[in-house]
Amino acid sequence: MERKSINRTHGPDAPHGEFHRVGKRARKVDSMAVATGQAVYTDDIALPGMLHGKILRSPHAHARIRSIDTSRAEALPGVHAVVVGTEMPERYGVIPWTPDETALAVDKVRFIGDEVAAVAAVDEDTANAALRLIDVDYEVLHAYLDPHESLEKHDPAIHEDNKKGNVSKHVLLEFGEVDAALEASEVVVEDDYVFHGTAHAPIEPHCAVARWSGDGVLTLWSSTQIPHYVHRLLAKVLEVPAHRVRIVQPYLGGAFGGKSDPFGHEFCAALLARKAGRPVKLLLTREETFYTHRGRHPMEMRFRSGCDADGKITAVDSRILIDGGSYSSFGLVTTYYSGQLLCGPSHFPTYRFDSTRVFTNKPPCGPKRGHGSVQPRFALEIQLDRMATQLGIDPIDFRRRNWQGENVTTVNGQTVTSNGFLQCLDAVERASGWKDKRGKLPPYRGIGIAGSMYISGTNYCVYPNDMPQAGILVKLDRSGLATVFTGTSDIGQGCTSVMATLVAEELGLRLDQVRVVAADSDLCPVDLGAYSSRITLMAGNAAVDAGRKLRKQVQDAVGEKLGIPAGQVMLADGYAFDREDGDRRLTTQEAFQLAEAKFETLSASGSYNTPERGGDYRGGTIGASPAYSFTAHVAEVEVDPETGEIHVPKLWIAHDCGRAISPVQVEGQIEGSTYMGVAEVALEHHEVYGDVGAEAGLHKRPSLLEYTIPTTLDTPELEALIVESIDPEGPYGAKEAGEGPLHGSLPAVANALYDACGIWMTKLPFTPGRVLAALREKRTAEAGVS
Amino acid sequence: MPSRLLHFRLNGDDVEIAAPDHWTLLEVVRYRAGLTGSKQGCDKGDCGACTLHVDGRAVLSCLTLAADVEGRAVTTIEGLVGPGGPDVVQDCFDAAGALQCGFCQPGMMMAARQLVTENPDATRDDIKAALASNLCRCTGYTKIYEAVENACRRARGEADAPATAERAAS
Repeated sequence: MERKSINRTHGPDAPHGEFHRVGKRARKVDSMAVATGQAVYTDDIALPGMLHGKILRSPHAHARIRSIDTSRAEALPGVHAVVVGTEMPERYGVIPWTPDETALAVDKVRFIGDEVAAVAAVDEDTANAALRLIDVDYEVLHAYLDPHESLEKHDPAIHEDNKKGNVSKHVLLEFGEVDAALEASEVVVEDDYVFHGTAHAPIEPHCAVARWSGDGVLTLWSSTQIPHYVHRLLAKVLEVPAHRVRIVQPYLGGAFGGKSDPFGHEFCAALLARKAGRPVKLLLTREETFYTHRGRHPMEMRFRSGCDADGKITAVDSRILIDGGSYSSFGLVTTYYSGQLLCGPSHFPTYRFDSTRVFTNKPPCGPKRGHGSVQPRFALEIQLDRMATQLGIDPIDFRRRNWQGENVTTVNGQTVTSNGFLQCLDAVERASGWKDKRGKLPPYRGIGIAGSMYISGTNYCVYPNDMPQAGILVKLDRSGLATVFTGTSDIGQGCTSVMATLVAEELGLRLDQVRVVAADSDLCPVDLGAYSSRITLMAGNAAVDAGRKLRKQVQDAVGEKLGIPAGQVMLADGYAFDREDGDRRLTTQEAFQLAEAKFETLSASGSYNTPERGGDYRGGTIGASPAYSFTAHVAEVEVDPETGEIHVPKLWIAHDCGRAISPVQVEGQIEGSTYMGVAEVALEHHEVYGDVGAEAGLHKRPSLLEYTIPTTLDTPELEALIVESIDPEGPYGAKEAGEGPLHGSLPAVANALYDACGIWMTKLPFTPGRVLAALREKRTAEAGVS
Repeated sequence: MPSRLLHFRLNGDDVEIAAPDHWTLLEVVRYRAGLTGSKQGCDKGDCGACTLHVDGRAVLSCLTLAADVEGRAVTTIEGLVGPGGPDVVQDCFDAAGALQCGFCQPGMMMAARQLVTENPDATRDDIKAALASNLCRCTGYTKIYEAVENACRRARGEADAPATAERAAS
C-alpha cells in the first residue's frame, strides 16, 4: 500500500545562523524530577479505593485447560473480582497479521508462566491467597523445548489452527546468483553460529493501573513503551470504543524492547477494575517479569561468505533457525530482520537468507535492543574477520575495502543515504591504538573489530494507513513558554529532551522555556512509540515541522514591529532580534505576545511520514528505513588460559548518529548499548530446563541474582566516540543512537579472542568451559600438525 | 494480620505509622508514608534500587523489616533535598547525564551519598566498589562514575571538571 510521505526534510542547517541548543552538552529537561525522587512511575500511583491484582500462571509448559473453578477464590473475604480467559476471548497480537494471544489462556497454556486467571483484592497478600484457591484441571501435553523438534513434529501443535504446524514464519529471499558467486570466490568461509537467549531485565518490573470513571471512560497507566498499540488492543479486547480509552505512560524504568507488546496484565487490570468497580493496580514480581520475557530470540545460524583475491566480498548466504517461544509477538518482523538488516556497511553483490522461526513451549521471545539483527550480525562480522585472516589483510582494512559508500542502494533494495562508517573505523582505530596492538599484544591478550548498521525507524507500518507515523502539537503562551504535546514514549533514552531541544532551536528558546507533555492519549497526538529507533528521526521531524510554522508567525509579528522583513528576524537564546543590528531586540516572551496579538491563539501541529523506501518484493519494506546509523567497535580482551575466563578491559565505540541533537545523551546510548551487548558475551543467559519432567520449561534464572546483569565490577571501560554524518532525512540531519551501538559489541570480542589466542569462538555464551575446550582443540590441532 | 505502631524519624520528622508486622521498610516508606522515590526492582536484595539511609548508612530497605527501624533515623532520596535545593549528589547526577530511565538512581545516589561523605577522595576503583551492589541497566555506569567523581570534587571544595561545568551551567 502506498503511503504519502509528509514533511520528510527540513534541511540539516541551523534555523538561525548557528545552533544554539542542538549539539550542546545540556541537562535533560526531565531528569531533576528523577534525581529528587519526584518522578512518578506506574507503581508510584495510588488511587482512592485502589485494589491490588495478581495473576495465576501455568505450572505446565504445554497443557489443555479442562476446567477452571474460581468459586473458592471469589468467596475469600477481601476479594473483589476474579477473571478468567473466556471473559476476554478476543485474540490479538502486536502484529495484527498474527493474532495468537489472548489476555488470559482460554483453552490451552503454552509455557510455564502463561496467564490463566486474575484476582483483585484489598491487598497483595489477600490476592495471593485467593490465587491458591483457584482450581485448574489441566491435561498435560507434550512440551516442545527444542526448536529442531518443532520443525519436525506438530502433533499436538502449539497453536492448533496454525496451518504451518509449529512453524511461526519462514522467509527465503535471494538477491543475485549466490551459489555461482560462491563457486567463483577465491575464499569461502562456512561456520555454524549460535546466539543464545537473553532478557531485557529493566530494573522496573511491569506494572499497570486501571480506573473506570462513572461515565465509562477507562484510564490505563502502564509501563509500556508503545501506548498506541495498547490503546488499539484494549479497545478491541474489552469491546470499548477507542475514544473511551485513555492510555498514560508515566515515567518508565527501562524497557529495551521488553515493554513493546500489549500484555495480559494490562487487559486484566482493566477488566478487574470494571468488574470490581474500583481502581486496580497490577504489579508483576521480578520473577513474573522474567517469565513475561519477549527477550532476544535464540538463533542457530549457518553462514557461508565468499570474497575474491583482493578481499572484496562476493556473496553472503545464511540459513537461520529461530526459537520464538510460545507466541508470535513481533516474530514476523524478527524473521525478516534476521536477514534484511545485514546489507551494510559492507557491500554484498549477492545475498541470500533463509530464516525459519518456530514455536516452542518457552516464554515468548520478542524484540530486544537491536531486534533480530544482533544475532546474524555476530555471525557475519566473525566471517569477515575469517576471510581477512585467510588473505592476510588487516580486518579494519578489509572492512574499508568493502565499504558500500554513501547514497547507494543495497542488494536487497534499501536506500542508504549518509554513511559515516569510514570515519567510525578511523576513530576506533586511532583511539584504541589498533596499529600498535593488533597482533602485537602479549599472549592471551588481543584486540578485535566489528562494524554494523541499524535503522532509524522503519517504513513498514504495523497498521498500514495514510495517517502520520508521528504527530506533535506545540502551543505558545504569552508567558513565554512553549508547551510540546507529543505521543512519544520516553523510556530513559531521552526523547522528551530531544523534542524540547528541537522546538527550542526553532523558536530561539532556552530549554527552561519549553515544557513537554508526553505519552497521554487524551492530550497528545499519536506517535507510534519507542521501537525501531524511530523517535528522533520521525517525531523529531514532526517537532521541527510544528516549531517552524510557529517561528514564521513570530518572525512575521516581530518584523512588523521592528520594521524589517520577517526573514531578517532571528530567534535565539530567549531573544528575537534584527540580524543586521543585534541591539534591536525583544525577549521571546514579548515576541510571542506580538504574535498572539497578530495571529490570535498560537499553536501548530507537526507531522511526519516516511518517504517511499524498500525493495519491490514481498517484505521489501521491512527493515527499509529513511536513514541508517553506522557503528564500529574495537574490543580488547584478556583470556585466562587456566580458567578460560574472558576479561574485557575496554571497548572503543564510534557511532555515526547523524547530527547529535544531544551529545551527552548520544554518549549515554552508546555506552548503555555496548554495556548491554558485551553482557551477552558470557554473563547473561535466558534459558529453561530442557529435561522431560516436572521442571521441563522452568526458567533457570528468574532473578537478578541468578540472571547476572553486569555490576560496576563486571563492566568494561567504555569510550564513546560520536561521528556526525549529516543525513538529509533526519531533523537537522539526525539519525538513531539507541540500538545500533549494541551490535558490534559481541563480534568485536569474538574477533579479539582470535587475536589473543588463535581461537574462533562461534557459540554464545562464551563460558569458561567453552573457551578452555577451544584452547584444547587448538593445541591438539597444532600438535597434530607438528 | 498482626500490625504494630512504628515510631521513627523520617527525613527529619518524627513519624508514627501503623503497618503489618511483616512489612519491610520499603513497603512502609512507599505505601504508608507515600515516599515513592525509593524503588522496588526485585524485592529480594539483588538490585539495590531500594537503597536508603538508616542512621546515615546505606541499607537495602526491601530486606529491612520496618520494625527494625523503631527509634532510628531514616533518610530517603526525597530527604536529600534541603532548603537550598537538591543535594550535591543529585545535582551532579543530573549534570553528568547519569540519569536515563532513573529507576535505579535513587538507590544509586543514596549509596553514592554515603561514599562522598565518608571518602571524598574516592578513586574510580573506590567508586566501583561502593556502587557494586546497585544495578543500573541503562548507562553502562560511565556517567555515574563521572557524577560521583564530580560530587567528590565539590565535597573537597574544588571546581567542577570542565566537561561537567558546561552541563552543570545549562
